[in-house]
Amino acid sequence: MAHAPEPDPASGDLGDERPKWDNKAQYLLSCIGFAVGLGNIWRFPYLCQTYGGGAFLVPYVIALVFEGIPLFHVELAIGQRLRKGSIGVWTAISPYFSGLGLGCVMLSFLVSLYYNTILAWVLWYFLNSFQHPLPWSSCPPDLNRTGFVEECQGSSAVSYFWYRQTLNITADINDSGSIQWRLLICLAACWAVVYMCVIRGIETTGKAIYFTASFPYLVLTIFLIRGLTLPGATKGLIYLFTPSMQILQNPRVWLDAATQIFFSLSLAFGGHIAFASYNSPRNDCRKDAVVIALVNSMTSLYASIAVFSILGFKATNSYEHCLDRNILSLINEFDFPEQSISRDDYPAVLMHLTTTQPRRVARLPLKACHLEDFLDKSASGPGLAFIVFTEAVLHMPGAPGWAVLFFGMLFTLGLSSMFGNMEAIITPLLDKGVLPRWVPKEALTGLVCLACFLSATCFTLQSGNYWLEIFDNFAAPLNLLIFAFLEVVGVVYVYGMKRFCDDIAWMTGRRPGPYWRLTWRVVSPLLLLTIFVAYVTLLARKPLSYRAWNPQYELFPSRQEKLYPGWVRAACMLLSLLPVLWVPMAALAQLLTWRKRTWRDRHVRPDTDTHNLP
Amino acid sequence: MLWLLFFLVTAIHAELCQPDAENAFKVRLSIRTALGDKAYAWDTNEEYLFKAMVAFSMRKVPNREATEISHVLLCNVTQRVSFWFVVIDPSKNHTLPAVEVQSAIRKNRNRINNAFSLNDQTLEFLKIPSTLAPPTDPSVPIWIIIFGVIFCIVIVAITLLILSGIRQRRRKNKEPSGVDDTEDKCENMITIENGIPCDPLDMKGGHINEAFMTEDERLTPL
Repeated sequence: MAHAPEPDPASGDLGDERPKWDNKAQYLLSCIGFAVGLGNIWRFPYLCQTYGGGAFLVPYVIALVFEGIPLFHVELAIGQRLRKGSIGVWTAISPYFSGLGLGCVMLSFLVSLYYNTILAWVLWYFLNSFQHPLPWSSCPPDLNRTGFVEECQGSSAVSYFWYRQTLNITADINDSGSIQWRLLICLAACWAVVYMCVIRGIETTGKAIYFTASFPYLVLTIFLIRGLTLPGATKGLIYLFTPSMQILQNPRVWLDAATQIFFSLSLAFGGHIAFASYNSPRNDCRKDAVVIALVNSMTSLYASIAVFSILGFKATNSYEHCLDRNILSLINEFDFPEQSISRDDYPAVLMHLTTTQPRRVARLPLKACHLEDFLDKSASGPGLAFIVFTEAVLHMPGAPGWAVLFFGMLFTLGLSSMFGNMEAIITPLLDKGVLPRWVPKEALTGLVCLACFLSATCFTLQSGNYWLEIFDNFAAPLNLLIFAFLEVVGVVYVYGMKRFCDDIAWMTGRRPGPYWRLTWRVVSPLLLLTIFVAYVTLLARKPLSYRAWNPQYELFPSRQEKLYPGWVRAACMLLSLLPVLWVPMAALAQLLTWRKRTWRDRHVRPDTDTHNLP
Repeated sequence: MLWLLFFLVTAIHAELCQPDAENAFKVRLSIRTALGDKAYAWDTNEEYLFKAMVAFSMRKVPNREATEISHVLLCNVTQRVSFWFVVIDPSKNHTLPAVEVQSAIRKNRNRINNAFSLNDQTLEFLKIPSTLAPPTDPSVPIWIIIFGVIFCIVIVAITLLILSGIRQRRRKNKEPSGVDDTEDKCENMITIENGIPCDPLDMKGGHINEAFMTEDERLTPL
């Protein structure tokens, strides 16, 4: 099985020059930009907080060392050595593995569809941030202007802006509703921006990445400085990083740490392979892998400090408002002079009044205000960005400016990840030569972007958010785990560990040490298998349900838990299996071609021994 | 006699204006919240102004143009600052219906607020909902303007990139064919080297090869 054609250093370059990075910085920034994405901002802080603060860093670092960095090194090495996109690389390693490349391309396609839709939402919020007061700061009045719109009154202005004025979401996934033209034009603009940046491949992305990869760090620093000077920030940080070591006994923590590292580095998409294929062959990919993985993790940590100082401020703010509302109720009921009860006096006064006039106090709508409750109100994913953070920004002086900065940062973060996704699709197609040579590269990228845009219009329907969650939960994770496992196994056992180490020695000047060899041979495949099995078990145990935004629900504004209907479940199944099916299908096709060839050879020259190994 | 009448009137008034009485409204002011340091104290003069504003609002109602300040009764003024008020009719023995008072106050809410430098949230009439300000929608929403700007820039950039790509490709295509052209032309043209045409080199037969320098010319004359 290890009879793949020997890849020589100049393979594929005999025709025309393969594009090259202008300098090493472009390559590093592109890989960092691809790895650092929205998940670093809105997934890692949530995990840190849920899983015992500082204690979460222990499984995280272990996963990074034993899973993230070795896998990353493999991807960069094979891309740089074989100098092709994912389809070409895996076909070169073994024709039976060509399905892996095809699956990666298909997966990158599916992911880029919904990822750019999220960017369209970010763009919508960005465009709406250029006004004062911000549109999500207050509820719109209802028809006869005696009060606010009921849906907004029941939930909050921020939630109303997100669910009604942005998504205009339906209460059920069966009810698709109509296409939201506002989101559609934002989506068109996003795809136009992506096209503008990837139009000539790395020639244009290399220039764009200088801005899109560095701008987020600038904004994070500004937010960090501003966040740390806000009142209540330290409380948020202390709450986030206080370690509680006993949570490490929960196996879910380890699973989530491993999956977080895996998805955070954007492994198994084929994007890093594509980026590395444009490198010069003699480049220290080992150092690059370690540097980029460390930068990615550092960024997650840095972002979580910034995010949690802001969220600590928000929690303190909400806590103080809660207290103020209670104090106002007391003052209004007992007709005390204005501002006569301070926040510190409140507990004593309340106790005094409860003992002297219990009936009147019991009638009041007093809420229990605890700071920990507000700090616990964490969120991950779009909920963090579009609901929690937008509300936090409202209370900061100069709110529109902060909103513009925040959404600008999210947009550039997502955009640099999109470059990686698009290169993962375009580079293999270019190498494969799907379009004739006379068709310019701009046309190919244009066609890909147009196809993606047209396919993604389904997410601009009113039920689009539900579909996006399906894509996010089912299309990506399982396929990525399988592909990563096959990658490691393919390189180590099919390509051959010795040959791989020789290649790396040729490229970097040093053979990989025992740490690398051990992790590649044993630890990483085992870890990946364990994660995959655990993931599937968890998925199978959970009923396939989603949380719908239904204003008619009794417990509104809580989201209503509904089961996915049958046809949606079938779609979930299809999405999970489609990319992976390429692997056995392509292997089968290769087997049939080989059999046909040997049969033909045997019948043409029946006397010679056909010892054709597959 | 006069004192008796006075007490009678006050007593009747006291009955008409009571907390939770019929057609009575509670008012709550939050002066310190609204004005901070510039807060004024609530005294009988401010109460007089309030009665005047209510009377003014009632006078705007048809059939009630004869409402006087003395027809507005305040009672139960607390330190919060909150109090109850009723409007009685000129006959001084019953209060005006709540609906009328409510609509009159709603129509003139802005004037009343401004008289006290307060707003709908700091001068509350409980049970009288305020009319919310209409949303200030500009004719073209801001986000469309910015979107238009960004989109135009992106389209222009894409067009420029495509055009420059086409130009680059055309230039690259012209160069190899340009090289071929000159080679073709060479065969038709007489190549000149060192000022001497190459053609003589090809000629056979005894001709003087003018490509070579003659002996005399090799050495410069003294």
